[in-house]
Amino acid sequence: MGVTFTDSAARHIKSFLAKRGKGVGLRLAVRTTGCSGLAYVLEFADEVAANDEVFENNDVTVIIDKKSLVYLDGTELDYTKEGLNEGFKFNNPNVKDECGCGESFTI
Amino acid sequence: MALLQIAEPGQSDAPHQRRLAVGIDLGTTNSLVAAVRSGSAGILPDSEGRRSVPSVVHYAQGEAPLVGHAAEASTGDSRSTIRSAKRLMGKGAADLADSWLARHYEFDSASGSLPAFVTRDGNKTSVDVSAAILQTLKQTAEETLGGELAGAVVTVPAYFDDAQRQATKDAASLAGLQVLRLLNEPTAAAVAYGLDNEDGGTVAIYDLGGGTFDISLLKMQQGIFEVLATAGNTALGGDDMDNAIVQWLMGQAGIDSLIDPQLESDTKTYARSLKEALSSSSTVSVEWDDRNGNQVKTELTREMFDSLVAPLVAATLKPCRQVLRDADVERDDVTAVVMVGGSTRVPLVRDQVSEFFGQPVLTSIDPDEVVAIGAAIQADVLAGNKPDSDLLLLDVTPLSLGLEIMGGLVEKVIPRNTTIPIARGQEFTTYKDGQTAMALHVVQGERELVDDCRSLARFELKGIPSRVAGAARIQVLFQVDADGLLTVSALERESGVVASVDVKPSYGLSDGEIETMLRESMDHASEDMQKRALQEQKVEAARVLEAIEAALQSDGDEHLSVDERASIDSLVDGLRNVVDSSSDREVIKQAVQTLEKGSSEYVERRMNASVRQMMSGQGLDDIDSAVGKAKHEACSSDT
Repeated sequence: MGVTFTDSAARHIKSFLAKRGKGVGLRLAVRTTGCSGLAYVLEFADEVAANDEVFENNDVTVIIDKKSLVYLDGTELDYTKEGLNEGFKFNNPNVKDECGCGESFTI
Repeated sequence: MALLQIAEPGQSDAPHQRRLAVGIDLGTTNSLVAAVRSGSAGILPDSEGRRSVPSVVHYAQGEAPLVGHAAEASTGDSRSTIRSAKRLMGKGAADLADSWLARHYEFDSASGSLPAFVTRDGNKTSVDVSAAILQTLKQTAEETLGGELAGAVVTVPAYFDDAQRQATKDAASLAGLQVLRLLNEPTAAAVAYGLDNEDGGTVAIYDLGGGTFDISLLKMQQGIFEVLATAGNTALGGDDMDNAIVQWLMGQAGIDSLIDPQLESDTKTYARSLKEALSSSSTVSVEWDDRNGNQVKTELTREMFDSLVAPLVAATLKPCRQVLRDADVERDDVTAVVMVGGSTRVPLVRDQVSEFFGQPVLTSIDPDEVVAIGAAIQADVLAGNKPDSDLLLLDVTPLSLGLEIMGGLVEKVIPRNTTIPIARGQEFTTYKDGQTAMALHVVQGERELVDDCRSLARFELKGIPSRVAGAARIQVLFQVDADGLLTVSALERESGVVASVDVKPSYGLSDGEIETMLRESMDHASEDMQKRALQEQKVEAARVLEAIEAALQSDGDEHLSVDERASIDSLVDGLRNVVDSSSDREVIKQAVQTLEKGSSEYVERRMNASVRQMMSGQGLDDIDSAVGKAKHEACSSDT
């Protein structure tokens, strides 16, 4: 399983990784915080830790720690525009409820 | 849901706590906003996809100001469409004289010290105009980034003095923007090119914008940026190239003036389009008329254009030589030359600068965008979105800061091109017995006389214990913060009395104090020398006048006939007139000599009389000193 990317997300991730010019891939995670419990983490990765799972997806190395994977399994990562704003969006089938702005969620 | 950006490892924000920060290039002609998203810096275009906002604001009565493209498109009163307001930032009414702005806009300098544009919607200062532009950029940024901005890095020309920097900060706060830092434009450009990664290199930043020219030398050492030297010209840029074409068009049409401000504005826009076209083609066809029956239909070649702007390009190379001299750097030691500003697209500029520095110039980042991009990178660091970043930017004081001392001279406390932030102290003392207060006059500039420098602030230290002259020890501390803003404090050591002043210099300084300024400080050495010499000649003349008048008063009638007296009096009047009216030191010198010659007979009689008086009843030994005393009385200034 793991996570999938839309074409748009894959294209932008590759471009951002190339511009940064270093690192081993893209890290996805969740952490406990925010107004409804959990929040997404989307970061460049400079190293792979012992508890990490590593996937290859659309030529991008994706790193997810085992604990986060439980919450993210089956997620599709999209890159989208809303008005002038643009960025990444998690389409996560595991989410039961999220706060008004969607920055944090519960399972 | 909220859209996310990719963060640096470990730097993900908690929800609702994202710190959005942007870089803003507040330009004379165009302004831009940029931000770092998912690790890369880019311009934030507006809803129409346009990457820059013209720095133009149009005011219509009772309506919200139109900014940028909307202002350019407005057909309303052209005197209410404000351009190039940046040139007036932090300036007073005295700076208006002869400027392009003075000819195109109506100003109200009476209300307060800050000159205001008279528009259909009331009086607007350059700070108001800049705030309107910043507000538009802020709005674009917040819509694009999806949240409120935590702050912005706003760039300013390296040449901006304290008043101009403060005015820029005021404009930002008026627009509701928190300024994380004011950053010198050349420093931002170097950051954009990542030149901080090239250890030990010396980089020249050549910035020819719409209205200002700056040349800066930066040195990179262990990831630290240091500005070695800056120079430039605050009244030289693409606008002048446009004006050169306008003049050429008028010459071709055989006219001396344009009928109205609207036509001038349209013609300038047309001139700009010709200039821009000539950056990629070698010939453009020209069709223009002055709406008064005079037509121009011809061609403008790049060669012709080059000859029109060649003097302007040549004028940029002088400051280039100066920074090399200031920083004591050889041309060969410059490792990179960065081109900034739209006017560096002009092929002649690139060629001449390449030739000057003996190497190809860097142009890979859009020269209009490079400053905003560098500012965005710095904003990202300052907002705390980067881990252990060692990007530390050191700027310099653009002009020397000092205090007035006796005789109207300037004691420089912080010399020009000192890296900031800096604190530097100097000890001063009293000059009269029993003096209990000291007036401190803070000035900025390179010149030797206070009158030629810019007055920044005055304050008084009171409560100094009464002592003989020279006994009190007063420590004066100058501190310049990272934004280039100055605080001066004075402490009397024995009593501990303190006085201080934050120099938020008033923009419209009174009494024409703003006469001198940036450019003047650069190439005034010879003029200063002459001024000083003239000053010295005037002092000499005053001394002679004072001495002869004192003498005439005491014994003039005794030694002189009525005619003789009248002749000397007329020579005295003549010298006095020359001192008042002439700025030619030779003329004054001659008048002094004429008076000395004309009164030599009288001086001799006085001395003889004095000697006779002394000799009566005295020995020969005393005669020499008596003669000396008489001479002293005749020409001393402190009689």
